[in-house]
Amino acid sequence: MLDTLQREFKSLAPAVDFCALRFVEESSEYLAVRQDVPEPPKLAVNRGAMVTVIDRGGLGYAATSDLSRAGLERAIAKARRYAALTAGRGVLDYGSVAMPRPRGQYRSPTGRDPASLSRRDKYELLAAEAKNCRIDPRIVDWEANLWTTTSKQAYFTADGAEAVQEFHFVVPNLSATAYAEGESQTRTHGGRYNGFCRQGGLEILEAFGLDGAGRQVAEAALELLAAPNCPSGRMDVLLMPDQMMLQIHESIGHPLELDRILGDERNFAGTSFVTLDMFGTYRYGSELLDVTHDPTRPEQYASYGWDDDGLAAEKRYLIRGGILERPLGGAISQKRAGIEGVANTRACSWNRAPIDRMANLNVEPGSSPLEELVASVDHGVMMRTNVSWSIDDSRNKFQFGCEWGRMIRNGRLAEVVKNPNYRGVSATFWRSLAGVGDASTFEVMGTPYCGKGEPNQVIRVGHASPACRFRDVDVFGGAA
Amino acid sequence: MSDMRPYFEEVASHLDRLARPGEAILSALSAEESDFIRFNRSAVRQATAVRQAAWTVSLIRGQKRLEARLSVAGDAAADRPVLAALVSELRAGLADVPDDPFLLVETAPAASAAHRAGRLPDPAQVIDEVLAAARGVDLVGFHASGPVWKGFSSSVGVRHWHAVESFGFGWCLYHDRDKAVKSTYAGAEWSSAAFEARMRFAREQLARLGEKPLELAPGPYRAFLAPAAMNELLGMLSWAGFGLKSRNTKQSALIRMADQDARLSPMVTIRENTREGIASGFQSEGFVRPAQVALIDAGRLAAPLVSPRSAREYGVQTNGANAAETPESLDLAPGTLADSAALEALGTGIYVGNLWYLNFSDRSACRLTGMTRFASFWVEDGRIRAPLNVMRFDDTAYRMLGASLEALTRERDLVPDTDTYGERSTMSVRTPGALLGELTLTL
Repeated sequence: MLDTLQREFKSLAPAVDFCALRFVEESSEYLAVRQDVPEPPKLAVNRGAMVTVIDRGGLGYAATSDLSRAGLERAIAKARRYAALTAGRGVLDYGSVAMPRPRGQYRSPTGRDPASLSRRDKYELLAAEAKNCRIDPRIVDWEANLWTTTSKQAYFTADGAEAVQEFHFVVPNLSATAYAEGESQTRTHGGRYNGFCRQGGLEILEAFGLDGAGRQVAEAALELLAAPNCPSGRMDVLLMPDQMMLQIHESIGHPLELDRILGDERNFAGTSFVTLDMFGTYRYGSELLDVTHDPTRPEQYASYGWDDDGLAAEKRYLIRGGILERPLGGAISQKRAGIEGVANTRACSWNRAPIDRMANLNVEPGSSPLEELVASVDHGVMMRTNVSWSIDDSRNKFQFGCEWGRMIRNGRLAEVVKNPNYRGVSATFWRSLAGVGDASTFEVMGTPYCGKGEPNQVIRVGHASPACRFRDVDVFGGAA
Repeated sequence: MSDMRPYFEEVASHLDRLARPGEAILSALSAEESDFIRFNRSAVRQATAVRQAAWTVSLIRGQKRLEARLSVAGDAAADRPVLAALVSELRAGLADVPDDPFLLVETAPAASAAHRAGRLPDPAQVIDEVLAAARGVDLVGFHASGPVWKGFSSSVGVRHWHAVESFGFGWCLYHDRDKAVKSTYAGAEWSSAAFEARMRFAREQLARLGEKPLELAPGPYRAFLAPAAMNELLGMLSWAGFGLKSRNTKQSALIRMADQDARLSPMVTIRENTREGIASGFQSEGFVRPAQVALIDAGRLAAPLVSPRSAREYGVQTNGANAAETPESLDLAPGTLADSAALEALGTGIYVGNLWYLNFSDRSACRLTGMTRFASFWVEDGRIRAPLNVMRFDDTAYRMLGASLEALTRERDLVPDTDTYGERSTMSVRTPGALLGELTLTL
């Protein structure tokens, strides 16, 4: 099919300054067992292509699910018309951008093919673990699910560039909800919103720790139900990787997106407290903070060979020793801003134009074992697993909540607390980073649900992080 | 794809005929032809045309069901064999699927057709008019326009059709940093005069943002929430408040209304008002929605939204809810406060034009947090005094829409959902503004 598509595209490509075709075919299967009842499988094949035309400084995109010759012809005409309509009236003379010309192939780690396990066997695997959640009448809901996706993508330019990529995504999840007297507490294994998501095969289920997780989440939900609310006050927080991923995402990732800094998102996702003059000098965090954009880590959720404008992926430091070095901006944004960025122009699918997105945005490990981080806290709380997130449109004032908390007193772990929340300001929060966990605390997480853009796009993002300690944070619990 | 109805009828009939004895086939079409234009700094950032069609086909035999969504060309001759092959694949896969005890299929034959025609602007006209109106100001915005088609058919005699032609243009005029006036213009027929009038009004408001902004200290304040802000608040209740499954699994944000008789103000009556909304009168499995469902009646929790699956699981009737059991045409009843008297009634406090990025800080307590956004002002003695720097609120819905609620406005806004995740939304919220005796700001 790809050969035919490429041939048709080349034969139809118009005489313009630049023309590219981006094809995406994504096949997915979602299986769930809820309260011991297998739910019907949901299958999907989402297939289509987007044409990009740059001509006389204008830029036009047109996407179609009709991949026939006539369908491509219509899309090319539409993209060409948009390029003509916007020429001389765009935010940039798009003809001035040196669009990359990628060539090659990229493939996720193959691992154990999900198709090697029958649908019936997958259901049995999920049912067995879901059943283990049923340990107490106060467990009122429980579910195990598995979401597998294969995505085939190809990028052709009319003048011969050709990059073909194939990705395999595996996303397991398990949750249990306990309820008593007007209050419910949910504990998940893998995060409330599919935080355990990776590229590869069924070996990911072992890394996830599905075996035995059912009883574990149910016990934790009951423990939370009986726990006191997290106390209020200023104290240290020790954020574990499944909360760090959210902290990185919201208060480093989004503010560093170059299109936000350039104002593109101000009508929807918002702006940024970061300005262009900060790169190279601004102290974003304490000297312990090292942040990389790394689409090359094979098992991580948003790894790739090239971004959707064809720029080759490489690992780059965004923040080193706490100093801001570069933004998250691809070829077009880099040209607009006159600043170096990374390969991160991405689209969520064939029907959306690529924009600046995080791919894998990670905090690099430090040197402290977990015991040392705990021992360094006189009065504080350890928090695990994001459940709530809210941040202003400049990505500055935030408030985040977790599923599970545990007090730390005099360097020792103490009682479990429920509804742990904290709030702060991005511009100062990272400067309170006082301890960074070593590689033994480092976990590879992510999210399938990063929303941004107009038209809206939900895209896959990876975040890996060690446990991190922050000093003197405004903490509070739940209840009215 | 200028008129998808003949295509839908032909392909739906083809799919219906593929069912063998003992089988049922449900098929739902979702298609659109959209123009998307992004503006920034009063110039065009991206212009995209999207032409897409997808069928969701379910094959049912006994208690087994297998469902697949497939992108298609939107051409009957091309799509018929592709969909026939899909049905064959589903048939082969069905043996591996466990029985579903909660399977519920609409078996009563029914048919409906709705078509809301529009006169939509050509993209060239939109670009010309927006760029002309944006001279001398910093405009950032997004225009979406075109037809959206939804169809449902089943081999047991159900056939529904819903077509809407509409546009929506949302834009901000920026003063500086995060200070902006947000405006929207949506409908089925573009009027240059109506657009210019809204742009004039936005320019007038923009002038106010030039004044020195006020930084408030955390604490309780009297507040007026404009309809756009109320839309965000109601969106949170919609996300996690009204479904039967979330109620029965104790995960509803309104669980204390369900289990402990907690109440909102008697002024609060909320309905799923399909009759006056924009969304289709049927859901994706072919069940017809009633004209209205009372969700909160004078402050008391009323009926839940019930999907077909929950209906079977909990032994009740479905009311045509979607699978997530979220409202698609939410309607908060009006109050008695005239819009024109809102600032006077507020007296001294904050006027919140928009809220942003809401989430639960304690879901069981329906405690919410979020930020003020865009044009929000400090008001003294009924007069706007200064724009506000963004502030975080953290308060419970039981207080905000309960003890603290002093009035709802008589006038209401219909706020179309501007979401375009995957496809253009047809959801909407109709809401008044709200006067609150107290809103707790925290940061």
